[in-house]
Amino acid sequence: MFFRTAWLVLRKDIAIEAKSFEVLTTTLFFAVACVLIFAFAFVKEGRPVEDAAAGILWIAIAFSGTLALGRTFERERYGETLRALLLAPAPRAALYVGKLLGMLALLAIAEALLAPMVALMFQAALFSRPLLLVGLLAGGTLGFCAVGTLFAAMLVRARSRDVLLPILLYPIIIPVIIAGVRGTAALLSTPPDDATAIMWLGILGAFDTVFLTLSLWTFEPLMTE
Amino acid sequence: MKKAFGPLAALVGVMFVAAPFVVANAPYESTMGLVQKIFYFHVPSWFAMFTAIGICGVASLYHLFKNSPKADRLAEAAGELAVLFGLMGLVTGPLWGRKSWGVWWQWDAKLTIALLLEMTFISGILVRKYGGPGSDKLAAAVGIFGLAVTPFVYEAVNIWRTIHPLTSVVPTLSAAMAGPFWFCVSAFMLLLVVLLTLRVNLGARQAALDELYLAQED
Repeated sequence: MFFRTAWLVLRKDIAIEAKSFEVLTTTLFFAVACVLIFAFAFVKEGRPVEDAAAGILWIAIAFSGTLALGRTFERERYGETLRALLLAPAPRAALYVGKLLGMLALLAIAEALLAPMVALMFQAALFSRPLLLVGLLAGGTLGFCAVGTLFAAMLVRARSRDVLLPILLYPIIIPVIIAGVRGTAALLSTPPDDATAIMWLGILGAFDTVFLTLSLWTFEPLMTE
Repeated sequence: MKKAFGPLAALVGVMFVAAPFVVANAPYESTMGLVQKIFYFHVPSWFAMFTAIGICGVASLYHLFKNSPKADRLAEAAGELAVLFGLMGLVTGPLWGRKSWGVWWQWDAKLTIALLLEMTFISGILVRKYGGPGSDKLAAAVGIFGLAVTPFVYEAVNIWRTIHPLTSVVPTLSAAMAGPFWFCVSAFMLLLVVLLTLRVNLGARQAALDELYLAQED
């Protein structure tokens, strides 16, 4: 029942998205624009500033993720469909998991574009340890989306939600971003510093566990009016 | 509680008047000398902030699951006080750091996460102010997540070796330093209690007034 509900919510979101590709295209375009701005700021005379690549990658992920979170739930608000979903006789946490999976899929696509782009533009050896990079990206994205999905969902009925989402979200997920940036930066050093990257991966895992547990636990009372 | 409030407030006043003298009489620390005295206000303000965060987090949880306006008012008051005491820590910290490290600010784990906690609780105030109806639940979520991040701050210095002194320094204080230190800690804790009581009462009166207005309109 639980996973079936989550899967149905995910499939619904994919079906809506497949009709227009609205959120996907806008998110990808925004992410690329973000990286370009950083490229102008941090590449001087053809040489990128040292260690900038890791930060740029994660900032682009966080910014475009925030945009996507806002858009996804704005769509639900428009049709009052979130209320309909909440009225359904299904475990609420399953709705959260479905929404979370949708966000993760979206950001995974964005990252698949962003990581090679950053590696190319900043001459960064991001792919010297592909498994560790994927692990860091997955851990960081999960932590970001776990809190982001919860906050975006609960902000649906708040005033000035567009401003409040990043204001509430960033202070809480910055530790996750720090772990992602430091871990990625360790991969970029020559030779790649595997031990440090693995340490940050562990910290990401700890944050993910805490944030995911809290979100699953508080989603139900938070969405009750 | 009402009867105890007046004497308690007076006691806090006396303690804060006495605190500078107590601190002045404490012995000089061997390497840092006079600068180290800021420690007697810096550490207690963080103690008070962490206590306020604990109260805010627990009250938020209670409000979220039991829907209790009383717990919500307590969470609101504690959240604001967490920002206030955090601000004290963030002001005294750089003053101390400038003299003993040579820099105002250092991007190390403890300082960074402390700053993030401060920002988290400021965002809690912002969401209450601008979130519109139902924002009490949103602020409760912020309080709970803020509480969840707090252990990381406390452990941060012990996990990552940083420039900031370890938390294990407190039990090893010499007796002459421990006395003034715990005096200041109790002064800050009592101040927290007094301010918390004042703020909760203010919130209760606001709620009562709102109810009267609503009754008038009906």
